This record gives sequence, structure tokens and C-alpha cells, in this order.
Amino acid sequence: MKDAKVIEMEEVTIRFSGDSGDGMQLTGTLFSDTSALLGNDISTFPDYPSEIRAPQGTVGGVSGFQVQFGQKQVNTPGDFAHVLIAMNPAAVKANAKFINPGGTIIYDSDAFTERNLKKANFVTDEPFVECNLEDYFKIPIPISSLTKESLKDFGLDNKSVLRSKNMFALGLVCWMFNRPLEYIEEFISTKFAKKPVVVDANIKVLRDGFNYGMTMQHMTPSYIVNPANIENGTYRNVNGNHATAWGLLAAAEKSGLELFIGSYPITPATDILSALSERKDLGVKSFQAEDEIAGIASAIGAAFAGDLAVTTTSGPGLALKSEAIGLAVMAELPLVIVNVQRGGPSTGLPTKTEQSDLLQALYGRNGESPVVVLAASTPSDCFWYAFKAAKIALERMVPVILLTDGFLGNGTEPWKITKMSELPSITPRIAKDAASFKAYKRDSETLAREWAVPGMQGFEHRIGGLEKNETGTVNHDPDNHQANTEIREDKVQRVVDMVPDLELCGDVDGDVLVVGWGGTYGHLISAVKELRQEGKNVSLTQFNYIKPLPKNTEEIFKKFKKIIVCELNMGQFAGYLRDKMPEFKYHQHNKVKGLPFTVKELKQSIYNLLEE
Amino acid sequence: MIDLKYTVKDFKSENEVRWCAGCGDFAILNAVQRTMAGMGVPREKYAVISGIGCSSRFPYYMSTFGFHTIHGRAAAVATGVKLANPDLRVWVITGDGDSMAIGGNHFIHLIRRNIDMNLILFNNRIYGLTKGQYSPTTARGFKTKTSPFGTVEDPFVPGQLVIGARGTFFARTIDGNMKLSQSVFETAENHNGTSIVEVLQNCVIFNNGIHSALTDREHAADRQLILEHGKRMLFGKEKQKGLVFEKGKLKVVVVGENGITIDDILVHDVTEEDPILHLALINMQLPDFPVALGVIRSVSALVYNTELVEQIKDVQQKRKITCVDDLLNSGNIWEVEGNETEGSECPDLKLK
Repeated sequence: MKDAKVIEMEEVTIRFSGDSGDGMQLTGTLFSDTSALLGNDISTFPDYPSEIRAPQGTVGGVSGFQVQFGQKQVNTPGDFAHVLIAMNPAAVKANAKFINPGGTIIYDSDAFTERNLKKANFVTDEPFVECNLEDYFKIPIPISSLTKESLKDFGLDNKSVLRSKNMFALGLVCWMFNRPLEYIEEFISTKFAKKPVVVDANIKVLRDGFNYGMTMQHMTPSYIVNPANIENGTYRNVNGNHATAWGLLAAAEKSGLELFIGSYPITPATDILSALSERKDLGVKSFQAEDEIAGIASAIGAAFAGDLAVTTTSGPGLALKSEAIGLAVMAELPLVIVNVQRGGPSTGLPTKTEQSDLLQALYGRNGESPVVVLAASTPSDCFWYAFKAAKIALERMVPVILLTDGFLGNGTEPWKITKMSELPSITPRIAKDAASFKAYKRDSETLAREWAVPGMQGFEHRIGGLEKNETGTVNHDPDNHQANTEIREDKVQRVVDMVPDLELCGDVDGDVLVVGWGGTYGHLISAVKELRQEGKNVSLTQFNYIKPLPKNTEEIFKKFKKIIVCELNMGQFAGYLRDKMPEFKYHQHNKVKGLPFTVKELKQSIYNLLEE
Repeated sequence: MIDLKYTVKDFKSENEVRWCAGCGDFAILNAVQRTMAGMGVPREKYAVISGIGCSSRFPYYMSTFGFHTIHGRAAAVATGVKLANPDLRVWVITGDGDSMAIGGNHFIHLIRRNIDMNLILFNNRIYGLTKGQYSPTTARGFKTKTSPFGTVEDPFVPGQLVIGARGTFFARTIDGNMKLSQSVFETAENHNGTSIVEVLQNCVIFNNGIHSALTDREHAADRQLILEHGKRMLFGKEKQKGLVFEKGKLKVVVVGENGITIDDILVHDVTEEDPILHLALINMQLPDFPVALGVIRSVSALVYNTELVEQIKDVQQKRKITCVDDLLNSGNIWEVEGNETEGSECPDLKLK
């Protein structure tokens, strides 16, 4: 036997890819969790079709899960995969563009039949040639038949046996990257605790996959990726949707309020609703409404009655909620609206990521209807921005829209767990003095009104969507409307005192300032770091506060020769900045492919700008 | 327990009531205020929620907590109010446009969930606030500003939707009959679950007299069947007419004619779970039948808000996670020790 080929790498990207029924999401998640437990930093990107079971074997039905892990800080799931695991020909075709030059392709040779090649629209029997992948390192492994062989004594039917083939692939990849199997075995044992035969079968196939790598090591390379040098502490993996749910729970606990969520299922936001529905133990009142409008309307009712009220959705749902958001603006109730953005317009690309709801969040309502708009920038910081959104809503009596996106919502990364004692306090503006109470009497500093809820004796009052005076009585006086319109805008602007200064990554002045907002942080910081290592005078600033903008925005912008705004839309934030700060020239880098940026394309765009 | 005595005045707000002179809404407002005054519940415990339409100005005229929301959504907003604080007495004020058209979805789902609140549906079969367009309860062929040649669609019968959505309480009253309205509102308030009360209301400007065939003094006794639980279904000036159920259908009979005795007349049972007879009563219309008024259906069933509270209680009794710190530290967590992190040139945008 030849010596194993051992490659030491700082970071590796792997993409698991197969039919949407092949269990690729689970396989990828288990591998990522194992890597995180070993101490690697990780970033993941599930990329799946909107059909639950698209036609088997077709390119449209390919489900992928990409993870980058490394011994340094990992900010993105990686542009291109070093290793692609392809369970069928369609997976090769769908991912050909996303493999690192010279990368390794491990594929189930049993699945490369004439029929499957045809389903994936290959015209010859040489799929790798057709995809220009001749120079890549390819490892054909008869995964299906090895899985059958592995389970021949289990007495399972063919369909059940083949369902385990993802475990063979997972075992093999674990061997290649030197990952122990304990965590995965424990997971399988717990998940299928009621079906011992399924536990035994999956663990058998997993181990056989691992052992296959070991015995066949003359052909499979083995990699070493050492643990990352990350801050000491207690960690867990978290995706953006869970982090959002937990941030809201933290805000409820800090504010001493009960949490109400009124939502309607919509991809990719549903996980927030289900994560909160699980938390009856923490007293969450979760209400799955009959539609998006009832979702927000019930939340507005709960806010009126004194709960920390939340509604969660994605783009089309936000459109349906717009009239009700206007009511929350007019009534001045505390409300958190989470929008996990996806590709649009209309139904668009439900399972793909985009940042194209920015203008909808800012302006998508009738009348002058200002709300606070925040954006989270990594899966784990969704926790903080959900918490902050609730804090602003409760302390300023204003609706807050939190923008995340499909990439953040489904993507995971290790998170150094926050302790509740480390979080700031939240003080809801509960009214105290009945004698002086008026529904719209305001704090002179913040312009926020007080919150008196049904049940509080002596505070009975009426509010509504009509323009009103200080007591809440309907008022159509022209000057009153002008004054109240200005107050509602001013109230949102004064939230700026809760907004930290914008920070810079890199020098405080230079040739190019890269400007991003929300979920593109990982890719932008990776691109800027690499450019700086190459000696380029480039810095990054990433916005989490869209409305109001941080106080020092102009200060930062004016120290750079050129500004480029990078976003996953056609230039919505750039347009907003032009409106707010027209004195600067804004270059743009835009993409709407339903995919995150790649570091490569960002760097190219910035090179071009540096050369101009 | 303190004996709480309230008067109608305690439930009137300082706002001037601005409906058209002669509008049926005044009487309904009065009946609601009388009902609340009679319940012995302090006014801060009431939340009156409305949508959009003439009737929806109602909360401004009450001294309770009130919320005038947006078109069609009152039932959904009220749902959130009740779930946030199940101790509140929640009343929804809505109209045939608000609840049968734009808010139809929330109307049926409120009923299906059986959330404990009262919904008062002001049915004048017209859009009043937008000045006279046909509504989902306008009769086929009726001419309005948006149906100058008559409508070519059939109306909803609100009670049918209530039965179709598995409603537990339905009553019908007339704006002018304050005594009946007050008694129906009281029963609705005491019902645990969603109580729907349809009030046949007269729009004096855009649909004046739409219910007059029913309300005309001269014919009222023959055209109204005022139902009472446990009583026989009798009507007419001398209470000589009654209803029997024959071959799956209701039939009007006269006591003493064709061998009919008083014992043949149906006895009203609001608690009958099978909705067949209740639906037949809801469907009765002139000229062949009298129109059924009073409480038609009141059955007990599981109530959403109670079930939600119970479920939370049950889960909390067995809980392992008692606070957010517990939650965040549950599941797969691991310790990183012994690392010396180098200072990054870029600030960490994660939580500080």
C-alpha cells in the first residue's frame, strides 16, 4: 500500500450535492457541526430548490450544502469548493461552476447511468468533459452498491438501504478530513431512538464509508485542518433564523414582557416562527395566523395590549403587511417586523438570497410612514440585532423592521454564547401617572409617547389609524397633520442616539472605501482583507443601521477618494445614500443571481475601480 | 368581592357622537353601553376594537380602551389583544363591508378558532362611509351607485358563514329593538367563545328602510320570530303561528288549524350541537317565513385562548429550560480554551 497523501490546509470548502431527497442538508450539517466541535471556525450555505421533491435526477432538483472551515477566522462559506461530493450527474452539472480549479470531485459512480445522464441533460456519456472538468481530480466510488453491500444482512428493502448512502459519503469525507465519528453517531442514535434498526444501519454505513477511505487511501487524499485560534469561551453553532428567535426571547426576558409572535409560514423565514413555537417553556405565545395580514394585525393587537409583539416574514409577506405597518406607525406602538429577504419580485426565488427589499422596508407604505430599519450582518449577530430591534421599539414606541436574508437565515457559524447578564437593559415606556396621562404626550428628548395598556385603571384611551391630537382624539386640522407628520419622522431620526458609530475595517482614509450593509459582511470583509494583504489601500464599512444612519457616516465617507457600494440588488442602498448624502460619488457593485457574492468577483470589481 | 355598580354614563366618552341623525348606530351604541354597565366589570377591562366603516368609529364613543384599526382587520387585531391579555373583555365592532368583504378571511378564522370575544356585525347591506356602493350582503339585482343596473351576484347570509366556520354562538337583533339587543349582547358577553351578533341596522342616508319590511310596526309580529331558549317557536300578534320541522324542512303552521296543537311546535334549544335546525332558522326569510331574531345558537366548545394558556402551563410544568441562559447553553456547546487571539485589524462586528 502506498503512503497516504496528506495535505495541510488553512481552510477548506466542501460542497455536498445530490437530489433533494438524498439527505444532503443533513449530511452537510452533521459534517459542519463535527468540524465546529473540533475547534474549526466554520461558515455554511445551504442552497436548495423551492420544490420539496423536484423531478429526481434533474439539475433543477439538486440540493447543495456548502461549508468552509478553517484554522483562521472564516467569514464566508467559500466561493469555490475544494471538494465536491456529487451523488448523481445532475449534481456535477449544477455545481461545475462552483468548484475550485484543480479541486477534487468524489462521485457515486453507480448513479452515472445512461438514464441519469440523460435526466441531467448530458448529451454524451462524458459528463466531466461536457462540463470542462477534465483537469479536476475525480474519485469515482460505487457508493450505492457499497451501501447495499454494507447493509446486506439487515433485511431492509432496497429503498431504505439507499436512503443511507449519504452516510457512506459522510463517513468517507470524515476520514478525508480527519474528523471523528462520535458526534454524528450520537446524533443518529438520538434522532432515530425509536427505530434501533435505522440507528444500526446508518452507523454501519457511516463507519464503512470511513473505513473505505482508510483502506483505499492510495486514491483518496487526506487533509489536515487545524483548529482555529478563536477567542476563548463557550460556543455553539447557530443559524440566523434561530439567532433571531433567541434574540427576541432575550429581549422579552430583559424587558420583563411576554413575547407574542403572530406570523404566517413563508420561506425562508418560517424557522423563526417554529423556533419560537417550540418555546412554550419560556411562555412564548405563538400564533400561526390565517395570512400575513392577520400575522401583523394580531401582533399589533398584542402590542396594544402590552406584549413584546413580533411578526416575521419574507418579501412578499412584507408587501402584504404594509398597510398594517402604517397603522403601527400612526398608532405609535412598539412592534418588531423581521424580514428574511429572498429573491424577488413576486414569488421570485423563494429559497435564494437577495437584498432587494431595502426600499420596500424604508418606503413601501402609503403616506409619510417612517420606521426604524436595521440589518443583521452574520448568522450569529442576528441575535444582537433582533434584541436591539426590540429594545428600540419598546423604548421609543416605534415599529422597527429588521432585515436579514436567506443566506443569513439558513447559514450557520460558531457563536460565542452571549450571557444574559452581558446584555443591556430594556425599559418599556409603561405609563405611570394616570392623572397626567395623554395617549400622545411625548418625552421631550426622544418624542416617544407612553404605553398604557388595557387593564390599567384610569388610563382608558382610544387610538387608531386616523390622524389625531395629543389625547388621541381624531383631528383633521391641517397644521396638526403637518406637525404630527414631522414628529413621527423626527422621532425615528432621534433613535440615532441609540445607534453606535459606524466602524471601519482598515485605514481611516485611503483610495477606496467599500460600503456594504447587512448580510454581505462575510464576503466583503474577506475581499477587503485579501486586498489589504496585497498592499491595496482599501477599507470596509458595513451598515447595520439603515434608518437612522449612524451619526459619523459622512465623516467616514469624506476621507476616501472613491466609494463603492456593494449589494445584492440593483443599487437600492446606493440610491438611498445618494439621497441622504448627495455630496459623494457612489460607485456600485450589484448582483441579483439569488446567490451571495464571491470574494473573487468583489476583488475584481475593486481592482477595476483602483485602476480607473 | 366588591359589588361594582356602573351606569351607562360610565361607558360614554367625552367625544361627540358623529353619526348621521337617525342612524341606527346610536341605538346599538346605547345598548352596548347599557350591557357593559350591567356586567359589573370596570371599564378598564374592556377593549373595543373596530375596523373601518361608519360603525367602526364606535370605540371613540366609548370610555373603555379602544382601537380603531384598518379595514377588515379588527378581528385579527382583537385576536392579538385577547391572547396578550386573556383577562380582557374584547368587543369587535364591524360592518358588512368590513367583515364580509375585505375581512372575510379573519371573520371565519376567528370563529373557527373560537377565541373568547364578541363581534357585533352591523349589517345595513350597503357601504355607507364610501357613500352607497353595494356590499356582500346586498340582495341580487339591487341598484346602487356601483350597480346602476342591479347587482348580478348573490349575497352572503352572515349566519351561514358562522355555521360553516363551526361557530359556537350566533344571534340576530334589530337596531331599533334596544331591549332585545341588550339581552342578546349580555348573553353574548357571557358566552365563552366567539360570539357573533348580527344587528340589522338601518343606514338612513344610503339604504333607508332596507329592513322596514321586518320592522314595520304593523307587520312586525308576523314577520319576526323572537327566539328564546326552552320556549316554543311562536310568533304572530296572538302567538298563534309556529314552526314545525317536517321532512327535513321548517314549516309555518297555525296552532288550532289542521289538527296542529301547541305540543307540535318546535322548542328552541340554543345548546343543540347539530347545526341543522340552527341553520334552518338562520336561513328563514320573508315572505314565506318570519326572520329569526334572538340567540339562535350557543354551544360550548374548546376555547383557543384558554387552550393556549393551558398548553403553556403544561409545558412549563415539565420544562428543563427555565430562562434564556438555559436555552442558549442547551444542545451542542463546546469550550474553547488556551487560545491567544491575535488582535484583528478589523473590528469584530459581532456582539460586543
